[in-house]
Amino acid sequence: MSDSANIDTYRRRFLGGTATALAGLSVAPGVFLHEVARARPADEAVTSDVRWGMLIDTNKCANGCNDCVTACNEEHGLTGHGRPETDAQWIRKVELRDKQTGHTQSLPLLCQHCEHPPCVDVCPTGASFKRADGIVLVDKHICIGCRYCMMACPYKARSFIHEDLQDQLPHAPRGKGTVESCTFCVHRVDNDRTPACVEACTAENHNAMVFGDINDPDSDISKQLKQHSSRQIRADLDLNTGVRYRGI
Amino acid sequence: MLNPMQKILHILLALSMAAGLLPASAWAGGGSLLPVVPEAQDRFSETQGCVEPTDEMRRNHMEHILHQRDETVYRGIRTKQYSLEQCINCHVSDTPDAPRYSSEEHFCNSCHTYAAVRIDCFQCHADRPVKSSNPQTLSGQMKSDMQPSALSAMPHQALATEVISHE
Repeated sequence: MSDSANIDTYRRRFLGGTATALAGLSVAPGVFLHEVARARPADEAVTSDVRWGMLIDTNKCANGCNDCVTACNEEHGLTGHGRPETDAQWIRKVELRDKQTGHTQSLPLLCQHCEHPPCVDVCPTGASFKRADGIVLVDKHICIGCRYCMMACPYKARSFIHEDLQDQLPHAPRGKGTVESCTFCVHRVDNDRTPACVEACTAENHNAMVFGDINDPDSDISKQLKQHSSRQIRADLDLNTGVRYRGI
Repeated sequence: MLNPMQKILHILLALSMAAGLLPASAWAGGGSLLPVVPEAQDRFSETQGCVEPTDEMRRNHMEHILHQRDETVYRGIRTKQYSLEQCINCHVSDTPDAPRYSSEEHFCNSCHTYAAVRIDCFQCHADRPVKSSNPQTLSGQMKSDMQPSALSAMPHQALATEVISHE
């Protein structure tokens, strides 16, 4: 009896392991099983056990490639009015040039989802806030459009909506008179998916962006952060950003 | 054009209605002032049309939506029972010529006009179900989640059990 029970246990473990290995092979790059296993039910609140973060490898980020920006604009229905100074921009490509050597490199810059976000510090209404899982958001219901947060952000990550809008997407409500910025695609993350920019970068096989839980030592992003040196932009401000860069 | 006699009759009718002398339904003949509320696309369950009994929804839908709003924005709770997106998916048709909120034919505005209520939900939120004209922005699971057809295709029982856990 006990022998057969042991065999069953062994067999189950073995079969489970095989299934996991097979699933691991079949899942798309950048999508890992532990994320599937951690799926949070829709009626459960986010917790600080998770901290979402992103690692961007600037060596893999091609000059002139705009796939992440396009994906973001499409995902959230961001449309311009031909006025780049004021058009909404949740993620943008920045080109760095070494004046001495002329070497250029390119990187996407988005809300860095700081642990100590200056935008939250300065917000007079509490509209700018950090979710328990580290995602920095604007509650547009109470945003009065004062734009202090835009001035406080060292990364110029926020935009103000100047125009009346129509045909917003159901998952990305946006409206005149409020400030907005990258949400780490919170509507996707809550459904166990990766942000649109990361998905686009991976789909084009650039693989310059990794998204995941930096509190989980087994996540791909944590392993990569442990293995390679990475930097925060303006680390001197001690904001402990959720977005890290390699190769700058 | 109304002749003077008809005008006086109308004024009298309106006055007696305001004083509660006549039920509102007496006015509801031709040229009714009562809202014409569009039918929903689906039922919540066999016994119940909306996510709460109709009387409760008529009086307190805003409380439910407001509560859900904060739960979703701050705590990431995305149950469907009181979500504005699901209200729209069920109460507004998904055809390209579906009315916008600015039209009195829009489910929400049909009543808000009657009740003289001005809301600003739809300055930011979509006032129609996600449009088939924009499918490339939606991919994979999210797409099936957000298509109104997904709601209708879902067995009522499944929807009910999913959302009760939120109570």
